[in-house]
Amino acid sequence: MFTFTEKKDTRSGFGAALLELGKENPKVVALCADLTGSLKMDAFAKAFPERFFQTGIAEAHMIGMAAGMATAGMIPFTGTFANFSTGRVYDQIRQSVAYSGKNVKICASHAGITLGEDGATHQIMEDIGLMKMLPGMTVINPCDYNQTFAATKAIAQWNGPVYLRFGRPAVPNFTPADQVFVIGKALKLTEGTDVTVFATGHLVWPALEAARMLQDQGISAEVINIHTIKPLDQEAVITSVAKTRCAVTAEEHLKNGGMGESICRFLSEARPAPVEMVAVDDRFGESGTPDALMEKYGLTAQAVMEAARKAIGRKG
Amino acid sequence: MTYSIEQLEQIASQVRRDILRMVHGAKSGHPGGSLGCTDLLTALYFRIMQPDASRFRMDGDGEDVFFLSNGHISPAWYSVLARYGFFPLKELATFRKLATRLQGHPTPAEGLPGIRMASGSLGQGLSAATGMAAARKLKGESRLVFCMHGDGELQEGQIWEAAMYAGAKKIDNLIAIVDYNKKQIDGPTDTVVSLGDLPLKWSAFGWHVLECKGNQMDAVVETLEKAVAATGKGQPIVVIAHTEMGSGVDFMMGTHHWHGVAPNDEQLANALTQIPETLGDYPDTY
Repeated sequence: MFTFTEKKDTRSGFGAALLELGKENPKVVALCADLTGSLKMDAFAKAFPERFFQTGIAEAHMIGMAAGMATAGMIPFTGTFANFSTGRVYDQIRQSVAYSGKNVKICASHAGITLGEDGATHQIMEDIGLMKMLPGMTVINPCDYNQTFAATKAIAQWNGPVYLRFGRPAVPNFTPADQVFVIGKALKLTEGTDVTVFATGHLVWPALEAARMLQDQGISAEVINIHTIKPLDQEAVITSVAKTRCAVTAEEHLKNGGMGESICRFLSEARPAPVEMVAVDDRFGESGTPDALMEKYGLTAQAVMEAARKAIGRKG
Repeated sequence: MTYSIEQLEQIASQVRRDILRMVHGAKSGHPGGSLGCTDLLTALYFRIMQPDASRFRMDGDGEDVFFLSNGHISPAWYSVLARYGFFPLKELATFRKLATRLQGHPTPAEGLPGIRMASGSLGQGLSAATGMAAARKLKGESRLVFCMHGDGELQEGQIWEAAMYAGAKKIDNLIAIVDYNKKQIDGPTDTVVSLGDLPLKWSAFGWHVLECKGNQMDAVVETLEKAVAATGKGQPIVVIAHTEMGSGVDFMMGTHHWHGVAPNDEQLANALTQIPETLGDYPDTY
């Protein structure tokens, strides 16, 4: 079973990896719309001032600029909150990045409800859906500091537009620091036979906790970390569900448009099975501490455990 | 080579014929703005930029590059690109037809040489051009970045985000051209939402402003050359080109009606009598 020695924020994993990329690859440039500290891009900005582009509070322009820089052969990483990285600039991403096939890395912090006290204007739980809808867009949502670090390094090697989603709060850091991040390759964290739990981002650790709770109840859960939502690792999904014959999906996102929806769509075509979704119903968030919000919106280990029991009960 | 003003005018005449025939052939498209931009695009490619059409590369290293922000004037751009040699002339007959590389609005997604960025949804091109220009400074690439904008397009907020950035950060290897025909789909720009004192606006954003008559070839060339000479001096440059929508065809001028309407057979025949065939029309069928 996995353990952790410290909690760290995923955004710091992004910032540390960006600094390393700056040292390794002169083509890497970073753009930020007045949130350098929040995105942990300050180390890169300080080390490589000529490759750091402060655009001011002008997110649409930042995305367009990144597309132009990619045209010149650079590898631009844009940074702002997830809401301002997606909904605010959707058409810019659609036309200048995705349709134009530009090698832009859209790096989004403070995703989901754990942005916390600022409330629904800044929380976004629609971003996975928005981004996965764009043809050619890769969507990645790592689970902890180490995985965000590795994912940031990996996307610099990937030719094409990427949406990298991470967050604000400190969460258990349990991914081995030397684990290689393979885009599109899901990670099986526990072996199980009774139910599969597909989790992404901040819900991966609660999914592992749920697996422990289920084990105590004599239920064997297979936890799979879907760090890459698009392209979905269909092989991993079907192999596991063929064995367990039911599943839970868990994510800090709306049910509409999320990872769970992608898995349900795939399973409905490939191998229908009962699926319970741990995600947020059709509503906006609100102010509160990250922990209180996760509790209120049912994004907890307890919720995953209960969903697993329900899914098992629905098996024919 | 250096094309004379007279040669450029001959090319522009043929481009105008291409525009009318393409839009007529597709039974859709935007002839008015395309005709108004013809002289600017012709001068830019054949006299000012002169890129190597035989080896189009996305990064354009070693050459000037161009972004079209008002993508709906694609017929003018496609014709100039084909006449310049980026792709076969006969391909112009495929404009807006199924499986064409000449989409209604330009895109690099279909692999058409000469195109670096999709445009059509307005207001995005200045940011892309600014990004390319900033990247060129970083790379030590001394050649310039050009972009073109409609005037109605300047109502988009992103244009002014980019203008503010380029002025503040002294992106002085960038030349924007505004096709100032003072008309847009719903009518005169002054009645839709007036642009006010346009030169003053750009200058307040830190740009070096030039103005010219946009359908008079000698004035266009002279002004674009002035713009090039003004680069590298700490300011981005904008050329506000006073153009006439529908320029060259009497019944398409003085109205916004021909913004996005194709001529019928009779109208095409009438229009073509007004514009001399100088270099030979492209074949009717692909």
